Amino acid sequence: MSQDYDEEDIVLAELDDEELTEQMRDDLYDGLADEIAEGTNILLGRGWGARKVLDEVLIGGMKIAGEDFRDGILFVPEVLLAANAMKAGLAILKPILSKIGAEPVGKMLIGTVKGDIHDIGKNLVGMMMEGAGFEIVDIGINIDADTYIAALKKERPDILGMSALLTTTMPYMKVVIDRMKEQGIREDFVVLVGGAPLNEEFSQAVGADAYCRDAATAVEIAKQLMQARRTC
Amino acid sequence: MNATVLIIGCGALAHELVGLQRRNQWTHVRIQCLPADLHNTPDLIPDAVRKALDRYSSGYAHVFLAYADCGTGGALDRVLEEYGVERLPGAHCYEVFSGSRLFAQLSDEEMGTFYLTDFLVRHFDRLVKKGLGLDRHPELMATYFGNYRRVTYLAQTHTNELSAMARQHAKYLGLEFRQQYTGLALLDLAVQKSCINGFSEL
Repeated sequence: MSQDYDEEDIVLAELDDEELTEQMRDDLYDGLADEIAEGTNILLGRGWGARKVLDEVLIGGMKIAGEDFRDGILFVPEVLLAANAMKAGLAILKPILSKIGAEPVGKMLIGTVKGDIHDIGKNLVGMMMEGAGFEIVDIGINIDADTYIAALKKERPDILGMSALLTTTMPYMKVVIDRMKEQGIREDFVVLVGGAPLNEEFSQAVGADAYCRDAATAVEIAKQLMQARRTC
Repeated sequence: MNATVLIIGCGALAHELVGLQRRNQWTHVRIQCLPADLHNTPDLIPDAVRKALDRYSSGYAHVFLAYADCGTGGALDRVLEEYGVERLPGAHCYEVFSGSRLFAQLSDEEMGTFYLTDFLVRHFDRLVKKGLGLDRHPELMATYFGNYRRVTYLAQTHTNELSAMARQHAKYLGLEFRQQYTGLALLDLAVQKSCINGFSEL
């Protein structure tokens, strides 16, 4: 994606919409947060809606970064920088989206399971889901079953997302799902699980609805499952 | 003497495995290690092990894998089941070196612990600083280590130089430092139990 030119030569405000969109996707891929913030403001100033900037530029750019990570072209540090760049754009767009009062696509409660302090994947999923129009309630790291259940009852989300990085902590997802079953609330929520050591087989074994291998996949699956629930 | 036992190991254990081989006079054992960089990409370990098994294991009476689960979430075990090969017990080399009980105790004391071994102390710059991109993007430090509180150096040797380096690494990460000597006894025991005893006379 990166091109061989001197970044100093490019003045974002002088680019037309199509060029600017393309340039911003490159900038996002390259993790250039300041440029993303500047470009976002330029597009808004030209009358673009916040949702359009988000969908066509930020999410589009982040999706490419995610796919290249999955294919081994990009590595973790670069994906994190791209995410930081997207955050810079989101920070500008979020207040505008809130003001418009757009109905969220759905609501997701997300947390890292008990015994696990890793939150990079969880945060990426939260950001991408938020970008896709979901309301996110992030309850943090090292979350035990009681805390998940209490938060589900309080927040009444459409989706529960659980994350784990460690082989030793991922089985705890089954503890949470079993507790949901005991309380008769399992079917009230879509349950998505993710984390480096997980796979589809594990997801089925613990009784989740789906395994999400990366943040972009999580968004796609969440949308599909939300749609399926609404048409049932 | 021709080798009858093959140990395919993690590159991060190569130094220790060769040391055990020398000390125990495992003349019937061949050690073949995979790149230690796989430590940072656990999802690539199962396929790398499969390739190594296909490439090296023929002609040996017994093959053993000197890897723990190593963040593969059971995917490594599924490969090993196909080949009928055993591996080191536990979730990762930290647990292998320290034993399950001590490791659980250390984790309970401080969940936010980043563990170092002799190997990781020596190769910290390559695997941690460079591997995580902190050399190029120090601004990512909080993203990676914001939830950590402590570095625990699980020492395989009594080496002042490594202790000093480990302390420096903790300082670099902005975390408190603790050192716990483990030695190699549990790794030695695990390898002996799983693949050396009973095969030395083959």
